[in-house]
Amino acid sequence: MKELRDGSITRALLGQIKGKTSRLGRPVRIMEVCGTHTMTIHRYGLKVPLEEAGVDMVSGPGCPVCITPNEVHEACLDLVTQKENFILASFGDMTRVPTRKGSLQTAVPARSSLLKIVYSPEEALALARAHADKEVVFFGAGFETTIPAIAVTVKRAAAERVGNFSTLTALWLIPPALRAILLAGETSISGFLYPGHVSAIIGLEPYRFIAEEFGVPGAVAGFEPNDILLGISSVLDQIMEERPDVRLEYGRVVNPSGNPVARAVMEEMLEPRDALWRGLGRIPRSGLVLKDSYRAYDARTRYGLHVSEGSGDLPGCRCGEVLRGLISPPQCPLFGKACGPDSPFGPCMVSFEGACFIHHKYKIKQRMG
Amino acid sequence: MCLAIPAQVTEIDADGRGKIDYLGTKVKVDFSLLENIRPGDWVIVHAGFAITRLDEEEARETLSLLREIAEAQGE
Amino acid sequence: MEAGGKRISLELGSGGKLMRDFIARHIVPAFRNPLLEDLGDASHLPLGIAFTTDSYVVDPIFFPGGDIGTLAVNGTVNDLVVSGAIPQYISLALILEEGLPWPDLERILKSIKRAATKADVQVACGDTKVVRRGQADKLYINTSGVGLTIAKPRAALIRPGDRIILTGTLGEHSLAVMLAREEFGMEARVRSDCAPLSYLLPIWEMGALWMRDVTRGGLATILSELAEKIPHALLIDEEKIPLSPAVRGASELLGIDPLYLACEGRAVIVAPRKKADSVLKKIRQSPLGKRAADIGQVDDRTGRPGELLLSTMTGGLRLLEPLTSELLPRIC
Repeated sequence: MKELRDGSITRALLGQIKGKTSRLGRPVRIMEVCGTHTMTIHRYGLKVPLEEAGVDMVSGPGCPVCITPNEVHEACLDLVTQKENFILASFGDMTRVPTRKGSLQTAVPARSSLLKIVYSPEEALALARAHADKEVVFFGAGFETTIPAIAVTVKRAAAERVGNFSTLTALWLIPPALRAILLAGETSISGFLYPGHVSAIIGLEPYRFIAEEFGVPGAVAGFEPNDILLGISSVLDQIMEERPDVRLEYGRVVNPSGNPVARAVMEEMLEPRDALWRGLGRIPRSGLVLKDSYRAYDARTRYGLHVSEGSGDLPGCRCGEVLRGLISPPQCPLFGKACGPDSPFGPCMVSFEGACFIHHKYKIKQRMG
Repeated sequence: MCLAIPAQVTEIDADGRGKIDYLGTKVKVDFSLLENIRPGDWVIVHAGFAITRLDEEEARETLSLLREIAEAQGE
Repeated sequence: MEAGGKRISLELGSGGKLMRDFIARHIVPAFRNPLLEDLGDASHLPLGIAFTTDSYVVDPIFFPGGDIGTLAVNGTVNDLVVSGAIPQYISLALILEEGLPWPDLERILKSIKRAATKADVQVACGDTKVVRRGQADKLYINTSGVGLTIAKPRAALIRPGDRIILTGTLGEHSLAVMLAREEFGMEARVRSDCAPLSYLLPIWEMGALWMRDVTRGGLATILSELAEKIPHALLIDEEKIPLSPAVRGASELLGIDPLYLACEGRAVIVAPRKKADSVLKKIRQSPLGKRAADIGQVDDRTGRPGELLLSTMTGGLRLLEPLTSELLPRIC
């Protein structure tokens, strides 16, 4: 499927986009919600060409590392540094987040304990089965793309009665976060690029309120460079036609009704709750937690953790404004100075999908020729 | 993390677990979130789980659309 | 970072920018002398010989395509080759953990012998120590190497228009080690690219200006460091960089950038514009250099001095920075 990355097609799409913004006669600001979209845009050097074509892309809150409060990371740190015979299993980039107690990666585990980086919650469960003498906690943070995988794993642990396994969860829902951003009305977003893989789970309906209540158009886009440009072009069409909608530009992967099996297991295992998002504040029914019948597999319950919900951010950190699309990374006074990948102040610089990390890593250059 | 890749199913057992092949690399994957998966099917894999299928017809349409756009713009 | 005087953290040994800064600021000053100014892969002594040393702590000790013994020989041989010296003799110091199975050690010693023969070097001296169980991870090896100086890298002579040549596909060593650790539940037919680079020695007299083996930090880190050293910008083309399907696939699966994956048998070379074609042809004559490619050039029009730029397959441009800390520990 090389057309998805083909340079001549990229140029053609940019040309098409430029034609549309010229006809519109005004700059267009589109929020890409998902960190992986931000990453692709930068990795292929699309940010500047898009600006030149009249589209200003602003990054949204779709980065689980970025929006999970420090207190949750600190709870994990406490577990692995204080409990013996303990394994903390986590996705890679969660381990680099700097907290007041350091990061998971540089923490010194207690005796016979360790931190294990996994790429699937199933691996964490396998660790629990393999090490019956150790307690295993899976630090499960993610959006709707990852939540079903975590739910299935906990369901399996319960069915097999794996007594030494539990999960410390930080599960977030995208549509309520978008509602919060729109309600705050702080930044003039003309349209949204919706996350392709979250949408593969939830379908298109959860975004409908954005078009109908707020009149803002959006398109579900895939993750290859030309997928993203197709999505942006579709948003521009909706703006020009003055018909805000939720359009699907990733039909090869996303079914308009999403994945009902995945949603069913989420509903079976989890229930919604208000949640505090770093940078966005408290958003009603925007998080998920394990239902009572599965609380034995919830690390918070098992270990009596009281994860407070203060900010815990390092002073001067402006990740919150970046996550809300108010400032771009270079506009943060710390960017590239006190805050960089070597010495990140906040999560936006730590996460591989954080807007600041991406901006720094894929430093923008002008197009050649 | 939305990182997910399209891959072809190579094996699947009765428990809904199996393997996919991505450019010659085989990975253990869990298929519990999908139904009626058979070896040879194309799926999208995230965090060790197949989360949806790849629709080959839709894929062909997208690629053909991209080629048309390129032609229209004189590329 | 704990180099400020508290305790050593793992990141300081990781082979990226953090490690280099740590060495430059805290280790070298302890015995500063002109030989160490360059911090190259080997030092040319005023005796007509080059001298280098390296320690090997790879985990696991056996992996497809090699083992800690093969690495210990080739790593040191390669440091000499890319510094402009014909490898001649190596020392072999072994630190063995109590309980290491005899057959494992025998296998590794055989690998060392085979690798030394292939690289045409002799083990001239050595040392063996045994430490208590738990005080080393199976075994650690240090090899020092001496070679006959035949050329000296001359980065100062690099000019705009000079070409950048990569001798083969990227990342196979890293991937083979990762998979041998049984991580990620992945299987791929990948073998470490660990091999001697001695076949590159003739290109020194053909005019090659500078060479490095593409180890920890990967191609992007190695070339970023070169760009910082010379007063020019470097531009490489994403589409010209050779990658095997296995590395391409596994990197996408893991979300890792192959430009930052370590190899143990690949070099990147800068050759003057007029000599580049013949250098490339010479490299391709060797079975180890079949996939060698001209991947870019020194280019001041596109970037500022000190920058390493990548032109992406979609026509964009991106700045590549050196790795801060290694993606995976103990890869060599």
